[in-house]
Amino acid sequence: MNEKKSNQHFLRILEKVAPAFFLLCAIISVLTTIGIILTLLVETITFFNRVSFTEFITGTEWWPFGENASYGILPLISGTLLIAVIAMIVALPIGLASAIYLSEFAPPKVRKVVKPILEVLAGVPTIVYGFFALTFVTPMLQLAIDDLPIFNALSPGIVVGIMIIPMIASLSEDAMSSVPDPMREGALALGSTRLEVALKVVVPAALSGIIGSFLLGISRAIGETMIVSVAAGSTPKLTTDVTESIQTMTGYIVQVTLGDASYGSTTYYSIYAVGITLFVFTLIMNLLSQYISSRFKEDY
Amino acid sequence: MNLVDKQVVQNKMNKRIISNRVMRQMFFLASVFGIVVLAVLLYRIFSEGLPYLDWRFLTSFASRFPEEAGIKAAIAGSVWLMAVTAPISLVLGVGTAIYLEEYAKENKFTQFIRMNISNLAGVPSVVFGLLGLTVFVRLMDMGRSIIAGGLTMSLLILPIIVVSSQEAIRAIPKNQYEASYAMGATKWQTIRRIVLPAAIPGILTGGILALSRAIGETAPLLMIGALSFIAYLPENIWSGFTVLPIQIFNWTGRPQEEFHLVASAGIIVLLIILLLMNSIAVVIRNKFSKRY
Repeated sequence: MNEKKSNQHFLRILEKVAPAFFLLCAIISVLTTIGIILTLLVETITFFNRVSFTEFITGTEWWPFGENASYGILPLISGTLLIAVIAMIVALPIGLASAIYLSEFAPPKVRKVVKPILEVLAGVPTIVYGFFALTFVTPMLQLAIDDLPIFNALSPGIVVGIMIIPMIASLSEDAMSSVPDPMREGALALGSTRLEVALKVVVPAALSGIIGSFLLGISRAIGETMIVSVAAGSTPKLTTDVTESIQTMTGYIVQVTLGDASYGSTTYYSIYAVGITLFVFTLIMNLLSQYISSRFKEDY
Repeated sequence: MNLVDKQVVQNKMNKRIISNRVMRQMFFLASVFGIVVLAVLLYRIFSEGLPYLDWRFLTSFASRFPEEAGIKAAIAGSVWLMAVTAPISLVLGVGTAIYLEEYAKENKFTQFIRMNISNLAGVPSVVFGLLGLTVFVRLMDMGRSIIAGGLTMSLLILPIIVVSSQEAIRAIPKNQYEASYAMGATKWQTIRRIVLPAAIPGILTGGILALSRAIGETAPLLMIGALSFIAYLPENIWSGFTVLPIQIFNWTGRPQEEFHLVASAGIIVLLIILLLMNSIAVVIRNKFSKRY
């Protein structure tokens, strides 16, 4: 009897402790975000005590090593955007076309094979893609383009695009699959071909989801690290020439942590300033993607 | 009555049908593109790496000489890292999911946590590396250790585990809860005896996929300072370490052609590990997923 009572007492405590523990778990994810923002902010403030903010956002030269260091982030941003643009030129049409095929044309059997393979493609580690860019794509491009240097923007840009294809394909396909069949049937009954149904009915109806997937793809391309570290080189340059070696924001952060920028040096703090810029860029893309996908979600 | 010019209609019709066929082929080719790339990638890596892949490769430490280089330390490091990351991320992830699905009231705070988790999923992994470097390595003074790396990785894959656990919990029908409550069970008892057992296959599937993501991640651990030249096995969670992707990164960055072949061999091992983990996840999903 006594044992039962103490047991019940224990249960009652457990009933109170369990939710508190789970709440704590949930709060850790919030703490992570706060931690990210705080670390980036605090160290960036130290950085801006040494380097002027205007130099940082308007300077066209990024040379953080040695004497005469200059910290203008524009070359890193242009490098990042260059990679992102090349990646989207690859991923956008191919991803969308695969999504249209899988959602509108593919027989169930083909779908069953193609979708899992796309998922495998999405699961390949980025370092493997980086290796692929450096040892296969770049030599291939060198056959086509004379005197293309080993490190260039084109090769990693293309490979980042390939990495993003599965994401755009699967998110866009989700959006298109949720367009209800009566809309397709209506268009088909009016005499449309499958292609016309896809392009004039399904894609417009799923547009918000598709745009959302593009934005998420851009965000992924901006934040991608290993492919560009391996294959783009480390020459921050304000250029739109895709055959030149460039450096991205992520590539710079890796370069500094690999070398020995001593703790407390301005170079050390600069990775946080670059990090917060990167964070802001991707955050805006992610929020915009969420906003567009949810705000313009059609209700059928 | 000749409202419709049949000739015009016929012409246009042909054009429409042809463009339908052509575009269908184009769309098909686009879908196949990914498969072709995957095939080329695998072919390249296997044809280059297989000759280097032998027992000696698996049981030697890194070396300056390509023919002597191996991945013993990297494999041990990856295993140690998983031993830290798996329990931490699973407890935190499943805990968060239980809170959101079972306890949270629909209010601003809950919405904030949800939004926070989906945003966290989109933060680039380098940024997690910066967080780990600052908070774990420097602030908490853990050094460039397995525990610092494991904590960073746990936070990185947390969003994936939360979302997949939430889905697994949400899939449990409400009548199971009602049956449990009707028997006089408390909320915690219901969660422990009904919800968790039923959700475990889904949680495990998501968890294994998240961990396989962590095994392939390179950037955050580079930030933390996982080294690529380690000629000893980690002894405890405070040891320095290296992992497979970092070893591969190091070999990839070298000018000598031979090291690229060694890198291929390392990639084969990494891909096999990932494939095994994915297969396990699929098996669990197929074998234990209940239909209500």
